[in-house]
Amino acid sequence: MADAAKHGHASKVMTMRDAIARFVHDGDCVVIEGFTHLICFAAAHEIIRQRRRNLTLCRLTPDLIYDQMIAAGCATKLVFSWAGNPGVGSLHALRRAVEKGVPQPLALEEYSHFGLVARLSAGAARLPFWTLRDYAGSDLPRANPLIRQVTCPYTGERLATVPALNPDVTIVHAQRADEDGNAQIWGLYGVQKEAAFAARHVVVVVEEIVGQDVVRADPNRTLIPGIIVDAVVCEPWGAHPSYAQGYYDRDNDFYVAWEGISRDEPALARWLDEFVYRVPDRAGYMERLGRDRQERLRAKPMVCPGVNYGF
Amino acid sequence: MASKTQTYTPSEMMAVRAAHELRDGEVVFVGIGLPNLACNLARATHAPNLVLIYESGAVGAVPERLPVSIGDPALVTNSLAVATMADVFQFYLQGGRIQVGFLGGAQIDRYGNINSTVIGDYEHPKVRLPGSGGACEIAIHAQRVIIVAPLSPRTFPASVDFITSPGHDGRYGRRTALGLPGGGPLRVVTDMGVLAPSADDGELELVGIYPGVDVADVKTKTGWPLRVAARLAELPPPTHDELHLLRDVLDPQGLYIGRRDG
Repeated sequence: MADAAKHGHASKVMTMRDAIARFVHDGDCVVIEGFTHLICFAAAHEIIRQRRRNLTLCRLTPDLIYDQMIAAGCATKLVFSWAGNPGVGSLHALRRAVEKGVPQPLALEEYSHFGLVARLSAGAARLPFWTLRDYAGSDLPRANPLIRQVTCPYTGERLATVPALNPDVTIVHAQRADEDGNAQIWGLYGVQKEAAFAARHVVVVVEEIVGQDVVRADPNRTLIPGIIVDAVVCEPWGAHPSYAQGYYDRDNDFYVAWEGISRDEPALARWLDEFVYRVPDRAGYMERLGRDRQERLRAKPMVCPGVNYGF
Repeated sequence: MASKTQTYTPSEMMAVRAAHELRDGEVVFVGIGLPNLACNLARATHAPNLVLIYESGAVGAVPERLPVSIGDPALVTNSLAVATMADVFQFYLQGGRIQVGFLGGAQIDRYGNINSTVIGDYEHPKVRLPGSGGACEIAIHAQRVIIVAPLSPRTFPASVDFITSPGHDGRYGRRTALGLPGGGPLRVVTDMGVLAPSADDGELELVGIYPGVDVADVKTKTGWPLRVAARLAELPPPTHDELHLLRDVLDPQGLYIGRRDG
């Protein structure tokens, strides 16, 4: 903080409430990534509380996080590649929106994982499209006319293309970052790096804010550099019921329970009321979840020794 | 413990047959559920050097608990490497480094095309399924694909409503003509027997049958006139050792192999 002040720029550290108010607007294209790991539910809940509307939500796996946002009426369009509750079943709020227009109709734009990863890669590289050897023999290009082809100028091969995806804002959960947003991630990376570089604005949410000396002691672990980050939010347990490697386990019981909650529209409304609208913030959510759950999910230590960066 | 005519569930037989399809040292792109169990069974028996890669990025995973999601933290702990998903799809899969890919689906047709997208019309589906995930590119790039699915006329129609993941032939022509790099679905492990594509036209035919199963019954569970290979293999039941591993070590809660009676 002292450093930041010295260099004359404002601190990026802010509350979740301020970060969402500043960087997520009605009608925005929003990416909250994290593949099973590091899915920032805390950000989604604040977006729901601030009643953002007409969002285009993009994620490989909409997961419970977008099911909740769709149920709360935040979204009018979904860009995705696998829409289910992993190992459990369907995303019922999503299905209600698609099949019955409840609480409002939801447009779908569908890819495969590789296709959506490629869209973010193009966006991150600031290229108009990305090429991939994919989709020949599949009906997916017929379902989504944005999946096209290009002829390779060197070999003449026909390759699939997908357009760049440049979200208005990407929200990334990470284990730790310094106050400038140099964010360190270990465990599964998903597409966090591509999603962050592709975005116009980046919000990094972390389990803990550390001194820059901690980051500099292990620079190979920094996945997202502070130079692309607009806001840093410290939100312990911010990924629950997803997980943060080394901090807490995935709450698989909650993913199973969501099947029953999301299937029943009034039950889902009650859940949103209890765990989102009627808690002020993440700390309130965790309090409502209870101590026992936290203790059960807390990660066991399995620390790796460091390496020698000397020369 | 030691009864001579040991009973087993269809899921146990499928896990065992799928495990036998794997060779030691192969690089396998694996999902959760039965394929994961099959890989762990193979690792515990004839293929200790199998390299498991998950689309979530875990490379050389040795999960100490059964992963309930494809991104389980136990896949990372003690793995050989963690890759970004861009690397997984571009370098590992598209780069031709994956020997075996496991797939399942709501519908599998006579040419091994897989539908995991919609039942019915795409715009107005009867059932909206999860979609491709990585299935389309696994079907295109894995050197060979193993499909694991129980037989039923609904699951095995003559042609799928939507081709999520291409097989050997379909409305876009033969796989060879499309120039797909991978070999496509070369084995379909079901609960009654094993199917494989014929060399002539890529149509799936019955190549192996399980103990006590009638060929006629297999035919009634298949949505097209199923051909039977000239040399139909009679596949052996799971061994005592395999069942012990599945039940007592790999899936003690019966999450994927199901519960036995009594």
